[in-house]
Amino acid sequence: MTGLNNLIRTFFDLEEMVNVFPTLITVGLRNTLVLAVFAMLFAVVFGLLLSLLLVSRNIAVRAPAFLYVDVFRGLPAILTIYLVGQGLPIAGIAPFGRSPYPYAVVAIGIIQAAYLGEIFRSGIQSLDRSQMLAARSVGMTHHQAMWLIIVPQAVRNVLPATMNQFIIIVKETSLVYLLGLFPLQRELFSIAQDHAANTGNLSSLVAAGIIYCIITVPLTHLVNYVDKRLREGPKLVAAETAEA
Amino acid sequence: MAVSDPILSRDAVAGRDGVAGAGYAIEVRHLFKNFGQQVVLRDVSLAQRRGEVVCLIGASGCGKSTLLRCINGLEQPTSGTVLINGLDLASPKTNIDAVRSRVGMVFQSFNLFQHLSVLDNVSIALRHVRKLPRAQAEEIARKKLAQVGLTGKERSRPAQLSGGQQQRVAIARSLAMDPEIMLFDEATSALDPELVKGILAIMRELAESGMTMVVVTHEMRFAREVSDRVCFLDKGVIVEEGSPARIFDDPQSTRLRNFLAQVL
Repeated sequence: MTGLNNLIRTFFDLEEMVNVFPTLITVGLRNTLVLAVFAMLFAVVFGLLLSLLLVSRNIAVRAPAFLYVDVFRGLPAILTIYLVGQGLPIAGIAPFGRSPYPYAVVAIGIIQAAYLGEIFRSGIQSLDRSQMLAARSVGMTHHQAMWLIIVPQAVRNVLPATMNQFIIIVKETSLVYLLGLFPLQRELFSIAQDHAANTGNLSSLVAAGIIYCIITVPLTHLVNYVDKRLREGPKLVAAETAEA
Repeated sequence: MAVSDPILSRDAVAGRDGVAGAGYAIEVRHLFKNFGQQVVLRDVSLAQRRGEVVCLIGASGCGKSTLLRCINGLEQPTSGTVLINGLDLASPKTNIDAVRSRVGMVFQSFNLFQHLSVLDNVSIALRHVRKLPRAQAEEIARKKLAQVGLTGKERSRPAQLSGGQQQRVAIARSLAMDPEIMLFDEATSALDPELVKGILAIMRELAESGMTMVVVTHEMRFAREVSDRVCFLDKGVIVEEGSPARIFDDPQSTRLRNFLAQVL
């Protein structure tokens, strides 16, 4: 029984959880979401541009894009974040000043842009060439056809895969602790870790984990729902027709 | 269909393009097209006057569709020249997108933009290619949808429509751009038999309104009744061309006789 009690006290000490909870929510959750949202925006914009390079007919444009994807998908996230976040300021490249946040956003953004670029590329190339032909036949330039016809459909087709990547981004923001944070800059994981280090009790980490799950698990189910809706599109469409 | 519609009247076309009156609407000279090792078109030449309706007939894989795509520059010839209203499509001075915006194309499988409503399918190029304000673009789109008999379907998605309705949207999408030339690439081949008639009727009305048309088709009755001239292609070559009566009633070559024996 002492074994079980130890286990509960180490991981599920309610008092420790309650102690750390206000800071987790007011500081940690806010910072995690700020990091995640900006990293997502960066990754989506950059990933979309990257995907357009990846489908270029010009090999001189395509090859560097593929190299980029290979490298940043090939590196451990922790290494890239360290190189960008610690390395750039040390090397004298500090466009964002001293706050570690922009560096973390950029680091996670460039990693996830590689994944999203590849996801968007597959979405674009899975579209029938006939969509491009039709767009060009009404006089659209290649550029207009891409942005008005191809990209919107491609993004829609890869929405589930994109949302999976968002979930990964939420979790990856925890790696920002590597860059050193002032107390009010700490996000969920670093608050929980500091608390655990101070008290010698890991319950704060479990509390942080529960909050992560509260964000990510509904997202996972949203992914499944969107995926199902997109796949069962025709059925839904039939229902709408009946109403009309 | 309203022949008085200024968008379809021939005067409007002539007024748009000073060169147009004299030359041919479409001129194809010594066109070759290879896909890798395979020669798809071999020294094809064709000259088509304004308002003329030409039907391209021939077995599958004879190069009809490729010829059509070369005419609006969706396919680049391996060699040879394509002139639209005297403009060389291969010339760097020619704005191919501007030319294409006046050459409508209707595809076998409709190729509607699946993510857009019917109204947006028809108005998107008006807004982004012609740069018309949304209200004006949608007004034209509604008119064109009415012309093909699709009033009330503006808000539907392509996937909600039957094949025949989708092809009507595709025709409206092309007509909205006020084309001088319409290209039809087996426009009825993917349709259920009972839907073919309606589409052919729209095409017939267009032809009668004076539209310059190139029609790739397996509908021999349509070719005979509507076209001014029929071209029979076989293995990438125009084997025979002439009036419908000449082609269907008095075929000269064995190849055409064999083809007609199979399809009629």
